[in-house]
Amino acid sequence: MRTIPFFLISLAIAGLVFIAAFALDNDYYFFAGYVVLQYIVLSTAWNILGGYCGYVNFGTAAFFALGAYSTVTIYNLIGNNELPHVIPIPVLMLVGGVVSGIVGFGMGYLTLRLRGAFFSIATLALAVVLETLVVNWDFVGGSRGAFIIRPENMPVLGSYVRYLFLMMALLTVCSLTIARLIERSRLGYGFATIRDDELAAEASGVPTLRLKLIATTLSGALMGMAGAPYPYYIGYLQPDSTFALDYAVNAIAMPLIGGTTSWVGPLIGAVLLDSLQQIITVTISSAVNLLIVGCILVAFVIIAPNGILGLVHKYLQHRGDDFVGRRKVDPDAPGAATDVGAAPEAPS
Amino acid sequence: MSELLEVDNLGKRFGGFVALDGISLSVPAGERLGLIGPNGSGKSTLVNCICGTLRNEQGSVRFEGRPVDGVPAHQRTHLGLARSFQLPRPFVSLSLVDNIRIPLLYTVSARGTHHTADYIEDHCHGLLREVGLEAKARRLPRDLTQVEMRKLELARAMAAEPKLLIADEAMAGLTHSEIEDILALLVRLNEQGVTVILIEHIMSAVMSFSRRLVVLVSGRKIADGRPEDVMRDPEVERAYLGQ
Amino acid sequence: MIFSFDLLINAIISGILIGGFYAAVTSGVSLSFGILDIVNIAHPAFIILGSYIAYIVNADLGFDPILTSIVMMPAFYLLGTAIYQVFYISFEKRGQESLRGLAFFFGLLFITEVSLVLYFGVDYRYVNAPYIGPTWHFGTVDVPLRIMVPCLVSLMLMAGLQLLLTRTFIGRAIMAVAQDQLALRLMSVDPIRIKRIAFGISIATASLAGAFLIIIQPVEPSVGRDYIGRIFAICVLGGMGSLPGTVIAAILVGVVESLTSTFYGPSWAPAVSFGFLLLTLAVRPAGLLGR
Repeated sequence: MRTIPFFLISLAIAGLVFIAAFALDNDYYFFAGYVVLQYIVLSTAWNILGGYCGYVNFGTAAFFALGAYSTVTIYNLIGNNELPHVIPIPVLMLVGGVVSGIVGFGMGYLTLRLRGAFFSIATLALAVVLETLVVNWDFVGGSRGAFIIRPENMPVLGSYVRYLFLMMALLTVCSLTIARLIERSRLGYGFATIRDDELAAEASGVPTLRLKLIATTLSGALMGMAGAPYPYYIGYLQPDSTFALDYAVNAIAMPLIGGTTSWVGPLIGAVLLDSLQQIITVTISSAVNLLIVGCILVAFVIIAPNGILGLVHKYLQHRGDDFVGRRKVDPDAPGAATDVGAAPEAPS
Repeated sequence: MSELLEVDNLGKRFGGFVALDGISLSVPAGERLGLIGPNGSGKSTLVNCICGTLRNEQGSVRFEGRPVDGVPAHQRTHLGLARSFQLPRPFVSLSLVDNIRIPLLYTVSARGTHHTADYIEDHCHGLLREVGLEAKARRLPRDLTQVEMRKLELARAMAAEPKLLIADEAMAGLTHSEIEDILALLVRLNEQGVTVILIEHIMSAVMSFSRRLVVLVSGRKIADGRPEDVMRDPEVERAYLGQ
Repeated sequence: MIFSFDLLINAIISGILIGGFYAAVTSGVSLSFGILDIVNIAHPAFIILGSYIAYIVNADLGFDPILTSIVMMPAFYLLGTAIYQVFYISFEKRGQESLRGLAFFFGLLFITEVSLVLYFGVDYRYVNAPYIGPTWHFGTVDVPLRIMVPCLVSLMLMAGLQLLLTRTFIGRAIMAVAQDQLALRLMSVDPIRIKRIAFGISIATASLAGAFLIIIQPVEPSVGRDYIGRIFAICVLGGMGSLPGTVIAAILVGVVESLTSTFYGPSWAPAVSFGFLLLTLAVRPAGLLGR
């Protein structure tokens, strides 16, 4: 399927989901759904750098928070009551995206020439440092936190959370489209070579540093865009919960559990894992929930390294999709495992 | 006469170990150069420094007259330097066809030539055919034998349409007829204008292919001349028999 | 910012002492990351685990935390060998240590921290020992014993580790496995076994470091996170596996942090080590005494 039809169909699906929730007329679905959508964006963003390029970012919370605190900064700059009517969410997303993108670029520039491990460690430390900066900066509330007053209702849509949901749904569709577009483009091939063997990639003419910077910037920007509406969603922003490790662990666990080689993986991982978490948090506790997520992550990484997608691929082995999902491997080549009854696949 | 590649007093150390000790070499366009030497003599290190995978601390490298010190490896490939790795480094998650596609997507198109997707697809298959791997075009590298991986290495280097191709032990483990095939392939390439540096241990292949022979021992060049002369050089004899 | 010479001297002294402690904290990672090339970002979690064990024994039985942690070192060693075995079979053997190995350690970090929260809650815990209250005074210089004792024991640990690495067969095998595994095999030494031992030692140091930590400051589960940046910054700055380098780097970081804390406020401390890390990576990735 070409990109534009994909985008339009995804928009349609998102629209249908929205209308269904609308019909149920219970704001709880919008609140819960917003979180799922947010995690889909975060996982997809993480996967662009982590799954496609092989560089692990532990500081998802930092980029997410940059988006959130950009919003708080604009909000405080403009004044308390006028903002919701003056600056719409997409603009805030843009600002958050730009800020996070710049930081992603900067961090990448400093650390991506070295081994992936150093990049990962630097991202881990980044979250801590950013939290330090925020806690010390009174303009965004410091350690006391920041309040955002959101409007009660929006025209046509009803309660404000429905508007937030809609905006996040649009961002989700955009993120998935971007991820899919990358996979199918020359950039996707380039990313795969970086993941497989950077030295050989350079020798083949792939400008690895440039591609890595693209991935880092894009990934950071998307995370910032996911974070931008958050202050409006939550109303009261506290540094320790915003920078919480939950974002880091979820952004990693969801793609790893869903499958890192395609845009579908983070989607599956986010939907499954977040739904599971919402259930556990409500029925048991949020601390137990985090424990379970950690255990699932470790279990999957050891037992099913290619995630759910990988398990599905193994099960459907006679179809033989190659990992990047673009070209089909020929099942009739000598030595390939074939199901006795399967028809040979024509190269696409 | 314009030299395609000029290596001037190249030096490289790893900690206290001197891998390359003042190597100077010049390769005119169209040359068929053989590079031999015992294991550990620095041949691959020399290739790595020429191609930009490693940085030399001393000396300089000039390609087509312009210095390439500090130029990143991918740009040197764009300029026309291509190499195969001694220990094959395929892209493990990509099929063979896609492995070959990478240099076409990133090197050939960087030079301004734009090809259609179909042309690229055909071209990839053609290259695989030349090294005898077309039957496994859609397989993954993990399904290849060691020998087939070396052929893939060579095909991938050729896909970059280089002006200078460095083949680093591409023939290890090949049968006699496979060696003949690869040699014929390299000769064909050379006749089309590609300068070739052949690094090999298989003396028969080196002697029949090379018009000039360079011998490296312990990071130093000890001989550089016509193959017959070099092989009669007493220092070369000592280096090989004394190992 | 009130500048006084007394303040400056005391800041430097306490920075040096804390630096000694930081060296012990980092020593495990100097082994696992610097020498074995395993990015064990869960190391701080094991340190916190050590802190909590010292806490329980101290609270219930009144035993000295440092002695407790020394007694616990064999258990931590075994834990380390077990973890390495899982890591090796699941990731190193398959060549997937970069993405999935990292995720594995991250998961361990996470599980440990959350388990501690579930079991102990988020209250700060501290220990009691005779050297925790008193401070020695040398003129204007104050030396709190609760920092000096861990610093001294920590330097003894570093010296012990250095002797181990340079004088014993196992220690030299560990240094060798970092450089040439094939050569080791040819000498009939199993490199995997050596790495397992080394990783076990690495985690064993965490037991001791944990005791030091809870002596110096009250501990709650998320304290470990502050140390991730510090540990790796010191490890890289010190030259990745050079124990003397680690000590020098640790003292340097300790002093700068102390000065920053004294003159600009304690909440900026985490930024110092991150700054060091970025600076080192950008300017001289081989560190001060790098290989």
